[in-house]
Amino acid sequence: MLTCSQVNQLVTDYLEGKLSLRESLKFQLHIGTCRHCRRYLRQMKRTIRTLGRLPPVDVPADVMTLLLSRFHQW
Amino acid sequence: MKLLQRPFGRPTRSAAPGAERELVARLLARDANAFAALVRAQHESLVRLALVFVGNRATAEEVAQDAWARILAALPGFEGRSSLRTWMFSICANAARSRAQSEARTRPFSSLEAEAPIEADRFDASGHWDDPPRAWEADTPEAILERKEAVSCIERTLDELPAAQRAVVLLRDLEGVDAADACRILQVSESNQRVLLHRGRGKIRRALEKLLARG
Repeated sequence: MLTCSQVNQLVTDYLEGKLSLRESLKFQLHIGTCRHCRRYLRQMKRTIRTLGRLPPVDVPADVMTLLLSRFHQW
Repeated sequence: MKLLQRPFGRPTRSAAPGAERELVARLLARDANAFAALVRAQHESLVRLALVFVGNRATAEEVAQDAWARILAALPGFEGRSSLRTWMFSICANAARSRAQSEARTRPFSSLEAEAPIEADRFDASGHWDDPPRAWEADTPEAILERKEAVSCIERTLDELPAAQRAVVLLRDLEGVDAADACRILQVSESNQRVLLHRGRGKIRRALEKLLARG
């Protein structure tokens, strides 16, 4: 049985699909029985999804003007 | 419950292959609106990627602008063997690497930064949670992003990450680049890439927990 600390260290390997079948079973057995690690895994997934939805940062107007000028000369 | 799974996460900012082909065609037809939209979507990411190599924002901005010139120059030869964004990131990383070498900066990916494991301080001696994760007030990415302070918190934490962690999180989680392409762009091994991703994501989760924890 994995400890919470070990599960914590394996979260990314698990999410990346890099655990062996045996490791994955042990990981999921722990997640199935430990609400704290279940919450941790859920929050990691939520963090990843949130990162993927961050709004784009505005491009400074002078930079956009410069780049468009170069595009027109291209 | 799936036993062996595909990597979690998806390229939320990436275009479908058909849309990407159309975008390239519009760029090659000198469509300035298409170029402006691409700049709006990707310029900051190019600057952030360059910043990993060159170390200061002003130089990174110059590198990103240089990268746009290189991207346009190379676009007629783009064959679509990778996604357009992955190809753009490769060009930008190469430009940044050249700039860093010309300025004799040490590359940041030569080794992993020595760090304690993420959350090591929150487990007891037996490896069980001593200070377990707390529930968040926001349950979805949309609810998190509605809070401006959460967006600021993520941006600030990203900026504070060690360069290699920031680069991997940027490519993998913000930009949806797959692991193999991220390794090629950053010239890191697959296992190092995963360690960097784990540490970077873990720090951002922890920062969000501090902000969003109930009670």
